[in-house]
Order: sequence, then structure tokens, then C-alpha cells
Amino acid sequence: MGKIYNNKSILMMVICLLTFPVLWQEADAGRWKSLSEDKLHDPAGPAFKELQSPEEALSMFPKDAVGNKVRWVDALRDGYINPRSSILPGTEIKVLDMDIVYDRTGDQKFVLFPHKSHTEWLDCSNCHERIFKEKFRGTPMTMLEILQGNYCGQCHGAVSFPLTECYRCHSVNPSTFKGKIGVQKSNQSEK
Amino acid sequence: MFKNLTNLKSEPKNYFVIFVLALMMVIPIWPAQGEYADVVLNDKAELEGVRPVIYPHWFHRIRFRCKVCHSELGFEMRVGANKIDMASIADGKFCGACHTGEVAWGLEFCDRCHSGLPGLKTGIKSGSKSSGPGYY
Repeated sequence: MGKIYNNKSILMMVICLLTFPVLWQEADAGRWKSLSEDKLHDPAGPAFKELQSPEEALSMFPKDAVGNKVRWVDALRDGYINPRSSILPGTEIKVLDMDIVYDRTGDQKFVLFPHKSHTEWLDCSNCHERIFKEKFRGTPMTMLEILQGNYCGQCHGAVSFPLTECYRCHSVNPSTFKGKIGVQKSNQSEK
Repeated sequence: MFKNLTNLKSEPKNYFVIFVLALMMVIPIWPAQGEYADVVLNDKAELEGVRPVIYPHWFHRIRFRCKVCHSELGFEMRVGANKIDMASIADGKFCGACHTGEVAWGLEFCDRCHSGLPGLKTGIKSGSKSSGPGYY
């Protein structure tokens, strides 16, 4: 045992210990980077001081552990924000309350796709028929393609909660789900 | 590999393996830039002598739903898919639909949008997206 504690192993332990503060910082203190340290904004820019800091705005909303660290769907539903739905006159605002359950998810739980939380933000045409066919199973996809930024991955992983949050989509237990696969009759989402 | 790990001796090879593993813990943190879903636009900006544009999704989605820009205003959901220049914006297209001085600040406030560090590349930035081979 004594031989393990030589110079090299002590060096390795120091390196490992040094990585922890970095991870710690990433997890907590760095919840929102200030604009001066985000490696994008130029603090020398003439209007730099006029820009709103992410923390000032985002710290007021329901908290999340990933993405913007904000539960955007909750922020909208619970009235923390009331973003405009249109800017041009005469645009029809459509919100659809329809859940879809997908099987064929391999070893994972079935996927429940809620149209409601998506159409509160998006227009039908953002997905149909460009990314997804309206017909159930009309667009075959794999998790690898999604992880590469296609299908759901066009937004999830870029602007909406990232693909590391498996169980927010894979949320239906196949052994207890009694309903029909596909479009759910009920307007209320089931867990 | 596993034989090496279960039989750790003071061999340089073992330390190299541990060193690489330790390095893998640190490296994914470095590309973390900006706020989740910040977009950098620099196809033309620096060539024209101004700072790159930083577009913060978080700032806009507090005020507008996705459908406003991505449906009404014709923004594709791929960085660089729209050919945007100041002429089209001044013409009321894209950013110019709102940034008129009425809904949002006008085009005379160049530096509020052209606010990026020199040398940034066009793309969508975030700390949390999957670090796979994806394109966004």
C-alpha cells in the first residue's frame, strides 16, 4: 500500500482535486454568466453597459438545472412572462391541446409529446410538415439523429431543455400505460 | 484497460490513463460560452468593420413567443440559413420588423446588437447542449 503514495500519485490526486472546484462552479455559482465573462460580449463595446444581464431577468423565473436554468413552459403558464404571440396584424394564433404517446422507444419508457406546451410557443408550421409529418409515425426518427440536431433536436439541445433530460420526454411507463398508442382521446395529459 | 485499473502500479502508462480521464472531466467545460442559445452572427459583420452580432434567445423569448420570429418573420431554425444584411433589416425584414424605434430600439443603436468579441464564428452557443457531432 505504501508504494501508492509516491510523488506521481500525489500529483494525480492534486490534479483530480483541482478539477472539483471547476465542476462546482459550473454547477452552482455560474448559474448565469455575466456578459463580461461569457466570452461572447466585448466589454469594450460602446453599448456594453446598456445590455441587460441574464441574471437580472432569469433569476425571477421558475428555476431549472439545465439550459437557461429556467423552466420556460412554467414561466409562461404561471404568468411570470407574457410574451407576444404575434407582431403582424391578422395572424391566426393556434394552440392545440393533444397528447401523443409513442412506443417503439427501445429499452426506454414511451414518449409523451404534449402539443399544448409546444403550440403555446410555436406555430404549427414550425414543425408540420417541414420537420414532422402530421400523420402518427409518419416521420421515423432515431435518438442518434435527434442528438445530431435533427427532429426534436433542432430545438431541444439548442434553445429548449437539452437532450440530457431523458425522462421529461420518456415519461410513460409501458407496464402501467393502459391507453392506446398514438393520439390520446383525453385532453388532459396523463402521467 | 480494466486489468490496468485493477492492478494499479506506478507505471507511466497508468498515470497517463488517469491523467486523460481527469482531463476529460475538465475539457467539456471550456466550450461553455455565453448564455444557453445565444446566437453569433459574423458572416458579414467583421468584414464590414463592425463587431459580430450577439442575438440572445433568452432576452427575446421573455418578450415574444418563438412563433413570432420563426413563423411570421421567416427566420429559419438554423443559424445562417437566412441571408440577413443591414439593407434587408432597414427594409423592415427580419430584425427590422421590430427594431424600428417603436417596438424595440431602432437601427441607430448599432452597438447594442453588434456587441461581440472580435473573431467569433457564426453559430449557436450554449453550455448545455449535447456535445455530439450535431449541427445547429
